Amino acid sequence: MTYLLRHGLLVGPDAVRVADVLVREGRIAEVGDTLDAPAGATVIDVEGCWVGPGFVDLHSHLREPGREAAENIESGARAGAVGGYCALVAMPNTEPALDNVALVSYVLDKGARTPLDVAVAGAITQGREGRHLAPLAEMAALGVRLFTDDGTGVQDPSLMRRALDYARPLGVRLAQHCEDEALAARGSMNEGVLSSRLGLVGRPALAEELMVMRDIELVRLTGAAMHFLHLSTARSLALVSAARRDGLDVTCEVTPHHLTLDETACAGFDAHFKVHPPLRGADDVSALRRSLRDGLFDAVATDHAPHAPELKDRAFDEAPAGMLGLEHAGALTYEALGSEQCDPVTFFAVLSRGPARVAQLRASDRRVRHSAHGGALVAGEDANLTVFDPRSEWTARRDQLQSRARNTPYDGRPLRGRVTTTIAKGQLVVHEGKLQ
Amino acid sequence: MITSIRGRNLLTLDELTSGAILEVLDTAELFVEVNQRTIKKVPALKGRVVASLFFEESTRTRLSFETAAKRLSADVLSLAVASSSVKKGESLRDTIATIDALGIDAVVMRHQSSGAAHQVSGYVPHVRVINAGDGLHQHPTQGLLDAFTVRQVLAERVHAKGSETGQDLFRGLHVLIVGDVRHSRVARSDIAAYSALGAEVRVAAPGTLLPACLDGWPLSVVEDFDEALEWADVVGVLRLQRERGTGSFVPSLSEFTETYGLTVERARRLRPSTIIMHPGPMNRGVEIDSAVADLPSAVIERQVSNGVPIRMAALYLSVTGTPEETTL
Repeated sequence: MTYLLRHGLLVGPDAVRVADVLVREGRIAEVGDTLDAPAGATVIDVEGCWVGPGFVDLHSHLREPGREAAENIESGARAGAVGGYCALVAMPNTEPALDNVALVSYVLDKGARTPLDVAVAGAITQGREGRHLAPLAEMAALGVRLFTDDGTGVQDPSLMRRALDYARPLGVRLAQHCEDEALAARGSMNEGVLSSRLGLVGRPALAEELMVMRDIELVRLTGAAMHFLHLSTARSLALVSAARRDGLDVTCEVTPHHLTLDETACAGFDAHFKVHPPLRGADDVSALRRSLRDGLFDAVATDHAPHAPELKDRAFDEAPAGMLGLEHAGALTYEALGSEQCDPVTFFAVLSRGPARVAQLRASDRRVRHSAHGGALVAGEDANLTVFDPRSEWTARRDQLQSRARNTPYDGRPLRGRVTTTIAKGQLVVHEGKLQ
Repeated sequence: MITSIRGRNLLTLDELTSGAILEVLDTAELFVEVNQRTIKKVPALKGRVVASLFFEESTRTRLSFETAAKRLSADVLSLAVASSSVKKGESLRDTIATIDALGIDAVVMRHQSSGAAHQVSGYVPHVRVINAGDGLHQHPTQGLLDAFTVRQVLAERVHAKGSETGQDLFRGLHVLIVGDVRHSRVARSDIAAYSALGAEVRVAAPGTLLPACLDGWPLSVVEDFDEALEWADVVGVLRLQRERGTGSFVPSLSEFTETYGLTVERARRLRPSTIIMHPGPMNRGVEIDSAVADLPSAVIERQVSNGVPIRMAALYLSVTGTPEETTL
């Protein structure tokens, strides 16, 4: 198929310009001021919209295998596509956990049947139990580039050191869910005045920050590469930024919900606002937003965490943690970057180019049938493109989701900016905001 | 802030104005008289259905609520959770929907999770929800009956009816709350009630049994427990919640008793007029010595008997709604 994106604002790695983009046979064929539409080309008018490299999510819980009632790879990919995503990294806390070649291959095969690229983050330890290393080298040979026990962090510092030592020569990156479980024990929201008043056991910021500190020092010791998942406090980010200044190979992400919701959302005891790490105070939220604008985060990552409705109907302390993210991430990132003040270069840096770099998805990988992501929008690149209309005003609706699950915390929230078109691997997957 | 619980849920005391609290107290005073009659029953809630849903074990609160509902002539639906579908994994939403389908006006609910009553109030907005204790969060009727008991005792000393004194007896009153504040929904409701009414609240507890963060709470933490006992007009002793794992928050029960128990020796520091309270059930010999609990200034049994009129008042105001409806 051939598509001509007409008169969009092309968002490059450093600058923007108004131009046309011609997509043919899975690649960007031509970029120019005014291109002629070849015969048979579908012309899409994107005037006033931003055209950038397709979004890449570093943090998608696709729930397959094991919890398909909440989500599967196919429905997760649909949710991703309407959210503007061309590539998803599937997290390994499935049942069973993605801790071996057979399971990783299963997810890669299922992913290959979707229009998007589905990469896999493998588990660091067998069964994510934090006791024995998983076969990192075998999984790396399949093209796995990220490893994590996400859901929980690797609690044992000695095992984490061993994992980093083992990972370093493999050229892969370990990603950590930073929360010291002993300190966060049984907590269900941010520890503070509000949790104390509501009688909910708190998860202190220190539970996160202590593990960030520990892992930075382990990276310093081992020289390995590390990614910090869903940082939620100003202090965590300051620690990672300082480590980066020291020359350590550390990257980090922030979620849309930690940028747009604070702990006061928990005051009504609605478990849709329960997430780990928890929603923090307003000061942390504004600090995270500032840091995002300043380019201190490599990525906005969704931590898209589908849960069956009956589980989110439980009491706050008994409900599972996590919320949906893929379908609203673009609009929420736009908001976090200041809406009208949002810089399109930063926008695509955190939603596409940054995460593509962290996940090593910049080049295509034939082993796993992945195309290249986070490109500069020049002729010859694989055609993964997202069109975002910053003028669009709409409302998040729980009953209008592509995900199988319904646990969005944003039901009824007015949003600015919407993905209108997603071209993944050269195919028009979303047009005028609708799945094709 | 909520200025009256008429026609509203009673989920927390945090949001009630002093006027809303006094309205419950004054209404309860009318019901005290009903409870002294030979026929202890008024037709106030005749034809109304009150469901009693106790997901967590309770003896006194449950009996007290059910007695209150019956004395108001309401029909009481009592769900014994231990033998119900809840044990078979039914969700809170489904359980309440089932009960609601039977046609109810109010639900009195106790649950082990903080916020459960809030959640239920969202599922059945047409039903009045009375929180009978949710997790570590709130126990509103306990807070109300504690305030009621204090006012009753103080009013008797000046030969007045509590309702004639309004809020006056609370202004500047020294209330000391002792023990496991961290795990206590009673403490959270008591603090809200006493402070709204103008009392000065202090808490005494080991560092581990204070809530994680007290910034902005209307209270101060005492440094010297013995000195605070001399300061207090009211001492509210809290139950050490061993079932909530409090054991690991203090080195041993005996050390807790040694440092924060209301022992006979410590009780000697109290003025004879100082009111001693405990929400029950007591761990005699742990947070309070048996002999102290039986002192004339201890009003623990009176707290229990005041539970009925307070719960009658709460049910009556909450269920009957508009002021026009509520002439006795």
